[in-house]
Amino acid sequence: MTGHSSHIMETPSQTAGPYVQIGCTPSRVGLAGINPGKDLGASLVSRKTMGRRISITGQIFDGTGKAVRDGLVEIWQADHNGLFNTPLETRGKPDPHFTGWGRQGTDLKTGLYRFETIVPGRVSWHDGRMQAPHVTFWIAGRGINLGLCTRMYFPDHQEDNAADPVLTGLEHPTRIPTLIAAPDGDDAYRFDIVLRGRNETVFFEH
Amino acid sequence: MPEHPKRIGGLFPRNRDRHPPPFTPGYRSSVVRAPQFSLVSIGASLSELTGPVFGHDSIGTDDNDLTRNHAAKDGSPIGERMIVYGRIRDETGRGIPSTLVEIWQANAGGRYHHPGETYHAPLDPNFGGCGRTLTDDEGWYEFRTIKPGPYPWPNGVNDWRPAHIHFSLFGQSFAQRLITQMYFEGDPLIRHCPIVNTIADQATIDDLVARLDLRASLPMDLLAYRFDLTLRGRRQTYFENTR
Repeated sequence: MTGHSSHIMETPSQTAGPYVQIGCTPSRVGLAGINPGKDLGASLVSRKTMGRRISITGQIFDGTGKAVRDGLVEIWQADHNGLFNTPLETRGKPDPHFTGWGRQGTDLKTGLYRFETIVPGRVSWHDGRMQAPHVTFWIAGRGINLGLCTRMYFPDHQEDNAADPVLTGLEHPTRIPTLIAAPDGDDAYRFDIVLRGRNETVFFEH
Repeated sequence: MPEHPKRIGGLFPRNRDRHPPPFTPGYRSSVVRAPQFSLVSIGASLSELTGPVFGHDSIGTDDNDLTRNHAAKDGSPIGERMIVYGRIRDETGRGIPSTLVEIWQANAGGRYHHPGETYHAPLDPNFGGCGRTLTDDEGWYEFRTIKPGPYPWPNGVNDWRPAHIHFSLFGQSFAQRLITQMYFEGDPLIRHCPIVNTIADQATIDDLVARLDLRASLPMDLLAYRFDLTLRGRRQTYFENTR
């Protein structure tokens, strides 16, 4: 199966629309009882999670500078040791107390999202070089025709960032700051995402 | 430091001609939310080739039955009762087992259960409009629900959404993540819809149209519609040898 022509093709995307939070974070829109327990992805950590606990908050801005209040933000990241919590992980045993995946709607009034997580360990690149610690972001919502993927890096890992294969590979290094969170108090980071226009965030395809 | 695995199966590149481009002025919300710069292409690393895994403990018994999961004890939502079912596979045709499928939709009158909803059609006290399930070992999923109604929306002065159900899919890699919409065979509003028409090609649009499936219907109870979905495939079987 190496050629492309014989494959069935990926289903086309459609916007998640303004009501994505009904399906993905129902308790945020008054449907708390519809699924037992919490919304999936509401929490990544427990008391037993290894690693340095942090919070990540931010907003998503449209091309006019207005915060997106009907969006969806998902994150996926490695654990304290750089391992992913999936049975597909072959390099070691990931922390069973860290899911690695989080999901939040942007607040219906303020547009803020917030995750409680940990600083991920480093993960190697295709060629064996080490990537700087980073969190993968995926964004969907009204007006976004295909989910957008980006990465958040840490401002206090300057040496790692300076050697990161993704950051150093960018054609326009002036855009690197759009991928680096800002310190936001003790163990807290602020990561805003700009969909369009000045200081537009770098979005990736894989 | 964990060693990098020796063989990594990359994902087939996304065929962007099948997806809507970011900037589609006919769908006005996209105009201020579409990036102007090109996407930056980087090969998928482990950060994108892996993805979250969901267990049966995260899914409740009635989560895939929208005719029950928000209904009063003796209540039932108004509308055409139906089964929506199908198979989730990747581009090589292999079914994707145990993957999370989430749906959301309007009620039979075309009204969403959401604080931001402005359409004056009534809420249905017995219908919440969201559901979720995990695919079985071969990638099959099934929901029970009612047919959503079409509704007007603020875009052009007289734009209406065809009846549709939103689908959210995961697969095994975070780079397979996909959200899309399912439409219904024969709906005359499909061809007028600015969101549908963000996709350029008619044959590609047809991949979003569920087919009536009388054989899978339950007589005197529920009509069935079949909707198969395809996520990106991988060149190698690196992960699958490791389970």
